[in-house]
Amino acid sequence: MSAPLPPFDPQQAAQFFFNHGHSGWLGLRYASHGADWVELELPWREDLLGEEDRHMLASGPIISLLDMASGMSIWTARKVFTPIATLDLRVDYQRPARERSAVLGRVECYRFTRSAAFVRGIAHDGDAGDPVATMAGVFMTIARDPRLAQQ
Amino acid sequence: MPNNDATGSYLTAYARALGISMHAIDDGAPVLTVGFSPVVEGRPGAFHGGATSGLLETAGYAALRARLEAEGRWPQLKPINITVQFLSAGKNKPTFASARITRLGRRIANVSVEAWQDDRGRPIATAVMNILMAERPG
Repeated sequence: MSAPLPPFDPQQAAQFFFNHGHSGWLGLRYASHGADWVELELPWREDLLGEEDRHMLASGPIISLLDMASGMSIWTARKVFTPIATLDLRVDYQRPARERSAVLGRVECYRFTRSAAFVRGIAHDGDAGDPVATMAGVFMTIARDPRLAQQ
Repeated sequence: MPNNDATGSYLTAYARALGISMHAIDDGAPVLTVGFSPVVEGRPGAFHGGATSGLLETAGYAALRARLEAEGRWPQLKPINITVQFLSAGKNKPTFASARITRLGRRIANVSVEAWQDDRGRPIATAVMNILMAERPG
């Protein structure tokens, strides 16, 4: 008999999640977490500008940051890693992020059921009271790995 | 129809870094594409939702730029919001996206975007964006 798995640890999982793929390319880093929330950091990158004539971060990486923080907040709240898929994600942009500043994405999973998880969060560049963006999303659990379902 | 130089300018540094390129102009609207690579990979063998969102958003801006250019306008575009619906997993194959300007006002544009893989009639994700158009100073 194997011992029960320890609860999902976002700090530990980050080492795996962020060493490859889209998150790895963005350079996402673990920042902090609580019982039902996770905060990740998107470091400043000169090549992720949104407009040629304005030295500001594109909004796309902020969506990726918040999407990733959403998933990790769900696993943290559930205490277990289960395959999930983003159903709906809304981001409201309040202001541009400050130039050369890292952006932090803090998302809480405020409610989950067997099939759905509800998240809300913010992106900020140092002061959580003055967000760059706010977001809300709904994720669904995937009963089976879709890659296996094809076979 | 915008020439290649103009269509190239619809792509931001972020979009080019993600691997997004112009695929075609369809009825005045740019069709963008991105190939599958580690840069866009989330779950193994599938697109990351953030990468799909980045493609949708880029296609939204590209369509708006094309339309504004045709009207002789060149404002700064500022994102107000985006709502993305993920309809099915993006598999490890090229993904396309194109947008329709639902309403073009003086200050606000409302844009609908669709992303698909094999069949344009079966989108893998859609988005609605509100974009603020700010006249450039001077």
